[in-house]
Amino acid sequence: MSDITAPPRPANAPARFHWRRIIRGQEVGIFLVLVGMILFFSLSTDRFLTSINLTNIMLNFSWTAIAAFGMTMVIISAGIDLSVGSVMALAGIATAMLLARDNSPFAGPDGSVPDAVIPLAVLAGLAVGALCGLVNGLLITLARLPPFIATLGMLQIARGIVYGWSQGWPVQNLPGNFMVLGRQNIPVGSFNFPLPTVIMLVVGIIAWIFLTRTAWGYRIFAVGGNEQAARLSGISVMRTKLMIYTISGLLGGAGGVLLTARLGVAAPTAAQGYELDVIAAVVVGGTSLSGGEGSILGTLIGAAIMGVLRTGLNLIGVEAYWLPSAQGIIIIGAITLDQWFRRRQGKSAGFARLFSRGGR
Amino acid sequence: MTNPTPILQAKQVSKFFGGLTALDKVDFEVYPGEVVALLGDNGAGKSTLIKCVSGVYRPEHGEIFFNDQNITHHSPASIRDLGIETIYQDLALAENLDVGGNVFLGKEKKRNFLGLLRVLDDDFMRSEAAQVLERLDIHIPSLKQKLVNLSGGQRQAVAIARALYWNAKLLIMDEPTAALGVPEQRKVLALVRSLREHNIPVIIISHTMQDVLEVADRMVVMRRGRVVANLPRSQADAEILVKHIVGAAEVA
Repeated sequence: MSDITAPPRPANAPARFHWRRIIRGQEVGIFLVLVGMILFFSLSTDRFLTSINLTNIMLNFSWTAIAAFGMTMVIISAGIDLSVGSVMALAGIATAMLLARDNSPFAGPDGSVPDAVIPLAVLAGLAVGALCGLVNGLLITLARLPPFIATLGMLQIARGIVYGWSQGWPVQNLPGNFMVLGRQNIPVGSFNFPLPTVIMLVVGIIAWIFLTRTAWGYRIFAVGGNEQAARLSGISVMRTKLMIYTISGLLGGAGGVLLTARLGVAAPTAAQGYELDVIAAVVVGGTSLSGGEGSILGTLIGAAIMGVLRTGLNLIGVEAYWLPSAQGIIIIGAITLDQWFRRRQGKSAGFARLFSRGGR
Repeated sequence: MTNPTPILQAKQVSKFFGGLTALDKVDFEVYPGEVVALLGDNGAGKSTLIKCVSGVYRPEHGEIFFNDQNITHHSPASIRDLGIETIYQDLALAENLDVGGNVFLGKEKKRNFLGLLRVLDDDFMRSEAAQVLERLDIHIPSLKQKLVNLSGGQRQAVAIARALYWNAKLLIMDEPTAALGVPEQRKVLALVRSLREHNIPVIIISHTMQDVLEVADRMVVMRRGRVVANLPRSQADAEILVKHIVGAAEVA
């Protein structure tokens, strides 16, 4: 009687393992862009496909990617976090202030800072990041500010604290054992993985499980898909948003601490404009700015595309001055291609279907 | 009526928005197993009354009882827990999630993973959703489809299935056929009838006279915040109802 659609199909087909559960159709397009870029640069210069260069590329997009994992959740919830660059700088300064020779409150009589302070300083950096994120979340939920405004304010406030606190001077003379965090390589076979890259991958896996396999992650999608429906279903939209922005701040802080460890100095101008790199990585990675859709794997690929582009253009002799234009072209091109793939997939025809076999 | 005790009873409920009287001492009852249509022009107070029942609004005066329990000041979540499910006009579904995800929205089923992590149990949620859809005789080609790929009638069916899965004891439907094509309207009305067969009372808000006359056991007409008519189906026809809706009956 109430047969709402035509061909009935056994609704509860046995659960099989589908690659598509991990690599969804939407990542196919940008993955091909990445492969195409790597091929292009490999053929253009023999300096590209060397293990030193690959190590360098991976290192250089690690902090962007870590911050971008948090940004992915924010954007899936139909929000935005513009403060992430400033939060990275603030977390870096906070950590560095606790570790700087002579100037740290923990400095001994000879000015050196004991190694035991390092974990504390790292935690302090993470906490500062998380706190900034929590404040963002409170401004968005309690004060009901649009995320764009709240985090734009935080961008300025955090940057101001960075300048005021450091008086405009870079904080340097950090302990060697702290800088190991950013400089150590982990050899796997003949290949050296930079420690920040390993940390990035671990954070990425955790973020991926969190987002796709837990109720909390699911609620991020629900809030981004239809906030009203989520609220009426008894989901605490406020708590979900507080969590999302706190995670974004925390991961921004983690990126900032790693950046500081890598550079060996916390400059007040550090990570300026990084929020746009981070947002670009997320958006190139296929996460929809209108919310409800996106993935950690996509963001990782997006961050890798931006990293490969930066180094690749450099190696084939393009002046660094032109780099922003190339990045702009890649952002627009990747998203155009991505939308094209999605439209094809919507009709469940063509190339993307190869990757979504049986998963529909 | 076999059972004279109302399952839902609103007594002298009033609600004001600033100087506007949205509800003026409204009395309203629903008895077990009946389909009650709530009719009225735009701004007559139908949606306001429904939102008072579902906990979205708190009335300034009067009381609302559900199974003899005073629910006047309950939150929407606790009213849902008591078994009053509301299907809003925009359906309140997340279109970017699949059918199982929507049925379990806000009450996700989790399982242990390696004993240390609580992960979502997609397979369980999908198979439970499949069962409740089957109970309602609704067929949706694939439960893995995101809702955005389903038709309006299928989405309405998912919303009803969700309400039923959580043991709705009273279902409120706000304009369930408004956005649908004619064949899908028929199917939704068939669903309403099958709810009555399951002995679940339904309050249905509609502008479509034909729908109402087809499924409702009783018609309640509101006008300017008041209940102006309360008619069993046997005493109602389109002409009488329209008169009450536009206010012509009061003058006559």
